[in-house]
Amino acid sequence: MRTAGVLIAIGLALALQTTLARFVVGGTTAIDLVLVTVVYIALTKGPVSGMLAGSLAGLIQDQLSTGVLGIGGLAKSIVGFVVGAIGQQFIISAALPRFVTFIGATAAYQALFMGLYVVLGLRSFPSPWKAIATQALGNAVVGMIAFTIIEALPGVIERRRIGRRSRH
Amino acid sequence: MALLDIRQRTGWLFMAVVVGHILLISTQVATRRGVPVVEALTFGVFAEVQRTTTSGIGSVRDVWQNYFALQQTRQENQQLRTEVAQLRVGLQQERALAEQSRMLQKLLDMKMETPLKTTAAYVIAGAASPDFRTATIDKGTRDGLKPDMAVISPAGVVGRIILPTSRAAKIQLLIDRDAAAGAVTERGRAQGVVVGTGTSLRFDHVSGTADIKVGDRVATSGIEGIYPKGFEIGHIESIERRAGEFSVIIIRPTVEFSSLEAVLVVLTESNLAAPAADDRSDDEGR
Repeated sequence: MRTAGVLIAIGLALALQTTLARFVVGGTTAIDLVLVTVVYIALTKGPVSGMLAGSLAGLIQDQLSTGVLGIGGLAKSIVGFVVGAIGQQFIISAALPRFVTFIGATAAYQALFMGLYVVLGLRSFPSPWKAIATQALGNAVVGMIAFTIIEALPGVIERRRIGRRSRH
Repeated sequence: MALLDIRQRTGWLFMAVVVGHILLISTQVATRRGVPVVEALTFGVFAEVQRTTTSGIGSVRDVWQNYFALQQTRQENQQLRTEVAQLRVGLQQERALAEQSRMLQKLLDMKMETPLKTTAAYVIAGAASPDFRTATIDKGTRDGLKPDMAVISPAGVVGRIILPTSRAAKIQLLIDRDAAAGAVTERGRAQGVVVGTGTSLRFDHVSGTADIKVGDRVATSGIEGIYPKGFEIGHIESIERRAGEFSVIIIRPTVEFSSLEAVLVVLTESNLAAPAADDRSDDEGR
């Protein structure tokens, strides 16, 4: 059940990434919905789930992109594992720590991703700071919204159920 | 951190995943181009998922526009509001149709003007990762598409086919960091190579003494054998001159890559020489 949920979340994030994300802010703001999902899974399910989700999601993204298969997978695996481990060691349930976690995870992912490409001599990234900052901010905002919606959903459903019962 | 302790099961798992990825990367770096069969299979399967998602989103939007919105207005003033809403929806649909017609007319005009054999295709999805600039179109090998075929639009050069499957194809957009095309300025005939930067284009390997200025139009030179000669790429946005060296030249693309909807694929393969106009008769474009 838990695995199925993770798989569905990754599939949904990939589908939304390819169909919706290109329309966000004229398609220029690079929000990585898949990374947001990996960080969410890592924070809620722990380091192993975060790592495996990152590995799977990154590999699929690599396959669907034009890059080297495994670089995105490795970067997302490490980020998923580390975020999950940090989530187990520290209390990251308030808004600010979560926001910072999303920012840090995006920065770490980009550092790993770009670093691997540069080390292997496959790509160059002249002055990537603005793009990284924009993506980190975008991912953090999307991540915060996702957390808020997912956490509020059971309460809203319960309140509606109670309201319906009291009317009868 | 206790979790990173290699003696623990989690630690071993983490190491296994990391080593697995490194081995995977190593095999590709050695052979440069990875595992095409697996890549093609994954892309082919996911293209269907993208197609279904795009269609699903369209259906949800239709249901929202044509049912829920009208239902809400009906509560306020059922008869009149419903009529107004229906007219509005109709008007929007007409506008959308007119816009689509204009877009298709532009494509058709281009098809008539160009002596190249082309086929029209719709963009059904964007890139799976924001670090790469690719798009998926709804035509594939069964429509005659092959790798390295040029993709163009009325505004200019879009990119090239990198992975065609039977019903879809992946395009590498010209602004992708790994993309490049031979180019020449229309005014001064300065030659160079246009490379993607992720968001715009850079004009490399241009002599520091070349006759170029901001605003010059840059077109394909056809020298790499993929893009047909003379198609517009963009305008020079800024020039940084270095004595005796190449200039750092930034090009603003004429194609709006974030709102691509329909494109033309040049069916002539690499090293193209413009075929005769009557070769277009078997074109399957919309």
